[in-house]
Amino acid sequence: MSEMPAARPRPRPVTGHGGAAPEGPARVTASVCCAASCVSAQSDLILKKLGEKVAEAGLSDVAVKRVGCLGLCAAGPLIAIPETGRLLRGVTPDTLEPVVEELRSARPNGHKEAQEPFFSKQVRVATENMGTIDPEDIDDYQAHGGYEALRQVLTSMTPAEVRDEITRSGLRGRGGAGYGTGLKWTTVAKAQGSPKYVICNADEGDPGAFMDRSVLESDPYRVLEGMAIAAYAVEASEGYIYCRAEYPLAVARLRTAIRNAQRSGFLGSAIAETNFSFDIQVRLGAGAFVCGEETALIASIEGRRGTPRPRPPYPAVAGLWGKPTLINNVETYANVSSIVRNGAQWYSNIGAAGGKSKGTKVFALAGRVVNTGLVEVPMGMTLREIVYDIGGGIVDGRPFKAVQTGGPSGGCIPAEYLDMPVDYESLIKVGSFMGSGGMIIMDDTSCMVDVARYFMDFCREESCGKCPPCRVGTTELYRMLDKICSGEATMEDLEEMEKLAAIVQRTSLCGLGQGAPNPIFSTLRYFRDEYVAHIVDRVCPAGVCTIKPAEVAR
Amino acid sequence: MTTVFTFTIDGQAVAGSEDQTILEVAEENGIDIPTLCHLDGVKDRGACRLCVVEVAGSNKLAPACTTQIAEGMEITAHSDRLLEYRRAIIEMLFMERNHVCAVCVANNHCELQSMAEEHGLTHFDLPPISPVVGIDASHRLFAIDHNRCILCLRCVRVCDQIEGAHTWDVMQRGIETRVVTDMGKPWGESTTCTSCGKCVQVCPTGALFEKGRAVARGSKTRRPYLPYLKVVSEERG
Repeated sequence: MSEMPAARPRPRPVTGHGGAAPEGPARVTASVCCAASCVSAQSDLILKKLGEKVAEAGLSDVAVKRVGCLGLCAAGPLIAIPETGRLLRGVTPDTLEPVVEELRSARPNGHKEAQEPFFSKQVRVATENMGTIDPEDIDDYQAHGGYEALRQVLTSMTPAEVRDEITRSGLRGRGGAGYGTGLKWTTVAKAQGSPKYVICNADEGDPGAFMDRSVLESDPYRVLEGMAIAAYAVEASEGYIYCRAEYPLAVARLRTAIRNAQRSGFLGSAIAETNFSFDIQVRLGAGAFVCGEETALIASIEGRRGTPRPRPPYPAVAGLWGKPTLINNVETYANVSSIVRNGAQWYSNIGAAGGKSKGTKVFALAGRVVNTGLVEVPMGMTLREIVYDIGGGIVDGRPFKAVQTGGPSGGCIPAEYLDMPVDYESLIKVGSFMGSGGMIIMDDTSCMVDVARYFMDFCREESCGKCPPCRVGTTELYRMLDKICSGEATMEDLEEMEKLAAIVQRTSLCGLGQGAPNPIFSTLRYFRDEYVAHIVDRVCPAGVCTIKPAEVAR
Repeated sequence: MTTVFTFTIDGQAVAGSEDQTILEVAEENGIDIPTLCHLDGVKDRGACRLCVVEVAGSNKLAPACTTQIAEGMEITAHSDRLLEYRRAIIEMLFMERNHVCAVCVANNHCELQSMAEEHGLTHFDLPPISPVVGIDASHRLFAIDHNRCILCLRCVRVCDQIEGAHTWDVMQRGIETRVVTDMGKPWGESTTCTSCGKCVQVCPTGALFEKGRAVARGSKTRRPYLPYLKVVSEERG
């Protein structure tokens, strides 16, 4: 037999889209954020130009690399120099000279510069590779521990052991409801029927939320690996990722990642030289929020109208094509490989302050906060730490008014609960909801009636129209809120609205309708005086709403 | 072998086989649970929410038409609270479109109207939405008045599951939802419609009607095939 040719080293992929790769090990690396928010500020052009400039300057020991989200979206476009811990903010394609100079003189200093609380208070699990690896480079992913967990699972664990490990970790669904992930996996594994399917819900639609998008844009292989481990654990061989079409960059990176994983033997048949087979297809959502609801999502994958159906039966028993189906959210899958690699105990020790909530949660900070961006914090961290330490406080030093969590089904949490730990149970106790992780911070310039109206408008728009309480109820509630905002309502109207809101919550078919009145309930609970001010005094305390003159209204 | 479950509805002990729904067992035992979207012989969709019942131990309401029975269930099908919910849902359906019984072809033959009477809906508290919706009278024999449609989708299901034509479908979403023929083409230009009239016969209101019928003359008592729908669908599995 002739001698096998030596494996040809794979060319560094950075060259394809700009960047620069040194011959030997790099002295310093310029990691250019190429996730959606920085790309929208031309960071792709920055990557290309900086690569050229570094080459022109003859800096042969400097690497210029595309990376995923660096987190601090407010200050983008961002360039990180991991060897020195520097983060360059607000870089533009025309101001690259100082960057090149910095790269020329930068010396790896072993100890990184003292990090600001935005970074130091975070605990990164699902986002551990974010901003470190090239999102499309499977070798880079593997160099950072990628696919170790899948290999370990396939070669040394039984499906039951994997499920047990996930159960013991205490991981709960990160899509919002917080159902025990291990329990869900076990239900699917034990359900009668074959084949079984694994679905990743990437139809992130809450206003102001971009956790899943950032994970997919920054570390798509992690999600693929998590799904493969899940498929092994529930004995499925086919998977779907249902991603909204509004995330073109995430979809493109996912598709590249799937192709590369197939080529490298981490998807397809005989994964990692074992007899386990699993493949993934991407399906795009056509812009319906309700398709994030699992039964509607399944209907959409099957090619039907994306409307929910009553549960039970749950997808775990009868899901895609009527077969047992595991549906988890992007972030849930993103935690799986870390749990397998580091052990269930390690994971459940993180966020011990979170009670029954273990591990970390990724949040998208948005609204009137200084450091808008993507953060991952241990469960049980207080809202104050998230808003003031990590978030850097309120823009212009204005007073904090409320934080909205849980999207359109969530609620507004007022200042008196700033010291409350953030975990599934505590949030429900104060009338909100974990949701997928959007956090919209509001200051005194927000009118809470207007906020409730905004979310009701969203639900009204996104209702699928299947059941009357949601279809008609959200429209009626929106009109009532609008009437209050314009100063035309009476206290009887308010009473009528509360009554209707309770009925919509109780009788709607799916979570969209059942959750739609929550913004009304939570704003009424903490800011009833604002409603009364609109109705009785006919003023909007925050100065947001346009109150009609009395003679027109009455 | 079928397993038989015993359980209670409103305190009355009943029994049913494992593949039955709460609604089926209730009907067999003479317990009336109100429904609008349900139609014997076509698949249930649990949408109109009138048949919701309380199941002890669950904090969510369950639609009787799609919920499978289980051993020992304690079901409340009638209570003041459920009556309030049902009345509110009927009221919402009235407010959604422009239902004017006095000039409706289905007056006195309308399931929505009867349902309102049965539930003591004497007046409306909610403000009407009064949308501007059209009438499609392009078909030779039938017409649809969207002002009276409650989106039960019986027409869509009977056309697809029984006639096999799938002329009817749904377009848009939320309050904009409409039933459409041939993906939005006028009914008269439909190339799939067989003019069988099943959709008209199953419509619970005056939304679908035969042309030439005067006000209150839209009786749909001639539904000779309806008893067979169930048999047909059972045979087809």
